[in-house]
Amino acid sequence: MAYRTHLMVCTGTACVSCGSFKIKELLEEEIKKQGLDDEILVVGTGCQGFCAQGPIVVVQPDDIFYQLLSPEDIPYLVEEHFLKGRPVKKMMYTPPGEKTHIPTVNEIGFFNKQRLIALRNKGLIDAEKIDDYIGRDGYNALIKILTAMTPEDIINEIQKSGLRGRGGGGFPTGIKWEICKKSEEFPKYIICNADEGDPGAYMDRSIVESDPHAVIEGMLIGARAIGAEQGYVYIRTEYPLAISRLEIAIEQAREYGLLGEDILGKGFNFDLEIKQGAGAFVCGEETSLIHSIEGISPEPSQRPPFPAESGLWGQPTNINNVETWANVPRIILRGADWFSSIGTEKSKGTKVFSLVGKINNTGLVEVPMGITLREIIYDIGGGVPNGKKFKGVQIGGPSGGVVPASLIDLPVDYEKLTEVGSMMGSGGMVVVDEDTCMVDLSRYFLEFTSDESCGKCTSCREGSSAMLEVLTRITEGHGKEGDIEFLEELGYAIKDASQCGLGQTLPNPVLSTIKNFRHEYEAHIKDKKCPAHVCKALIDFHIDADKCVGCTVCAIKCPVKAISGNRKEVHIIDQSECIKCGICKTVCKFDAVTVE
Amino acid sequence: MPKLNIQDLEEIRKKVRKAALLREGISNAKITVHMGTCGIAAGARTIMNTLIKIVEESGRDDVIVTTSGCAGFCSREPMATIELKGETPVKYSDLTKEKIIKIFEEHVLNGKIVEEYALALGSEREP
Ligand SMILES: Cc1cc2nc3c(=O)[nH]c(=O)nc-3n(C[C@H](O)[C@H](O)[C@H](O)COP(=O)(O)O)c2cc1C
Ligand code: SF4
Ligand code: SF4
Ligand code: SF4
Ligand code: FES
Ligand code: FES
Repeated sequence: MAYRTHLMVCTGTACVSCGSFKIKELLEEEIKKQGLDDEILVVGTGCQGFCAQGPIVVVQPDDIFYQLLSPEDIPYLVEEHFLKGRPVKKMMYTPPGEKTHIPTVNEIGFFNKQRLIALRNKGLIDAEKIDDYIGRDGYNALIKILTAMTPEDIINEIQKSGLRGRGGGGFPTGIKWEICKKSEEFPKYIICNADEGDPGAYMDRSIVESDPHAVIEGMLIGARAIGAEQGYVYIRTEYPLAISRLEIAIEQAREYGLLGEDILGKGFNFDLEIKQGAGAFVCGEETSLIHSIEGISPEPSQRPPFPAESGLWGQPTNINNVETWANVPRIILRGADWFSSIGTEKSKGTKVFSLVGKINNTGLVEVPMGITLREIIYDIGGGVPNGKKFKGVQIGGPSGGVVPASLIDLPVDYEKLTEVGSMMGSGGMVVVDEDTCMVDLSRYFLEFTSDESCGKCTSCREGSSAMLEVLTRITEGHGKEGDIEFLEELGYAIKDASQCGLGQTLPNPVLSTIKNFRHEYEAHIKDKKCPAHVCKALIDFHIDADKCVGCTVCAIKCPVKAISGNRKEVHIIDQSECIKCGICKTVCKFDAVTVE
Repeated sequence: MPKLNIQDLEEIRKKVRKAALLREGISNAKITVHMGTCGIAAGARTIMNTLIKIVEESGRDDVIVTTSGCAGFCSREPMATIELKGETPVKYSDLTKEKIIKIFEEHVLNGKIVEEYALALGSEREP
């Protein structure tokens, strides 16, 4: 059956939670009702990246982008657009602060500055149909390596491409494969790391949900190169949709004989198994992950030996991140020269980032290495909402650091981010504005990492609690002279003495904010003030007598009845009662409540 | 489903290629059927159904059929616009099933405008 129009309904996790399955069902119903069901096909896709606007439907081939759809919209949409050919403007995207809507995906800034390699199939295929993947060049790279390339050729190509691990470390993928290939021990294993423990990050989930076969094909190529016949995908239990799509994909690949024995009749054997992870952050560390697959307590172990020499069950093991794997088929198919033409001198290709925090367009973006932060935050992200001032961006999750606003023109790649005290990490970007307190933000990340420390090394276990204690004390208004120096000293000591990446990086958010926002720490400690007005112990609410008109609203809304005053008279806050909830400030229409 | 060899895989790819191209918006010819109220009343749906059928029969996977609203010329409905890649769009009016088949064969497949049915060359733009 040939359809004239395909409706690409996002059924990624975020959109599903806003009801996109219902939208899909209603679309199918209404289309049938209008007798259009043999002209128009409704397709469920993985995450299309613009999650804040969900539920999302993209109309192809016209490229029209509908967003924030509700079930009531659907009958009208189907009749107007699909029966009568009149696209419905009010369901299109309008950038914040602007008045005119933008009809097509291609014209929306969030999309058109992106460059897709790992996410090239997002929104274009039904992740549960292997034929959709095949129609977009899928498994072509597999044919190429089985018919025209030796394992050495594959490794050369990956090395030449400059691909580096997308899971955080940025280690050159080709070199890692080569080490594992060189080992004479058999069997060998390969692993896909889909543990994705950074709070707020979801690029790996999204790749698996929207294009699971890209990961499978990447692993097939890696297995062929190093000589492995068994692979594992380690994925967290909290990702049920991704797990189910991956299960379906593996099943379909087996049916087609793309996994299993004698693949494509070329005498190559490889099969894949899913292992569900317990979810602790440290499980994403490679040695810990391997222990978890082996069924023993997931604690990191000393490296060397590296997994490439002695990994799963003591055998040579190659482990790569989801996004790393998803890049592999494209590199093979389009060539190392193509891939290495994108990016900077030492960082090639693209990187997927999850853009969250104080930013207008939250979502998932894939951009070429070397793009500036300004382009990501303003052109793609649409800037900071409500006219607030951009203050910085925390990159790399709890192991990363904050890049301050003054470095907005920094080109984003592995080296540049490390130089300024941050890191690529797995690609979490949290944008912060003037209302974010940097001391409080570091405290938040440290609370997370100290909680996730496996406790094996004293430096990491005790050091992180000691740092957390000092940070908490500072935010509670009891900071002392010398605290900053203590945090710095302890931070560097923890980095040096800890065994795995968790301990080695956990001081980063604190160290980078001390470096770039030292005055904020000083204000907390010396002046007992929180410049961003976040730390409750350091702020007071007052009513400005010149502005207050005595409307009584604040007095009525205050949850602890801390405000008194007669109608039409200036109101007063009783500081001993006030719990600093900020409600009075929000409800006062006359801007009379101030924070100090 | 039996295990595939390389040829089988290429066969599948050929079969699903059209859907993939359509989703990417890649085409060499775009046919727009005007679906205003009077267009539908005058039989635009028949034109649409016929087109979908003949495009499929032709085996061409680079032709897109789409719709637009009222063309503002009720008396000449049903109407369709044909736009070959890199060429000026041509509007055809007073269509019937037979006419659209002829237009498809001559204009879309062979690149010859069917002047006797053509209403106007070019599509009006906002000033
Ligand atoms: C505490 C900790 C957590 C990690 N979590 C992840 C993770 O969730 N996903 C991931 O791919 N790599 C994670 N890594 C990095 C892995 O150890 C490993 O370097 C990576 O999976 C290698 O793949 P790549 O070379 O393709 O990046 C983590 C490392 C540490 C120290
Ligand atoms: S650094 Fe921390 S998480 Fe890593 S092994 Fe040591 S105690 Fe465990
Ligand atoms: S809401 Fe504002 S204006 Fe009204 S009484 Fe309170 S402070 Fe005064
Ligand atoms: S901050 Fe909250 S508790 Fe304090 S006065 Fe205002 S409303 Fe009352
Ligand atoms: S889940 Fe729909 S756009 Fe991300
Ligand atoms: S409805 Fe057809 S020209 Fe107006």
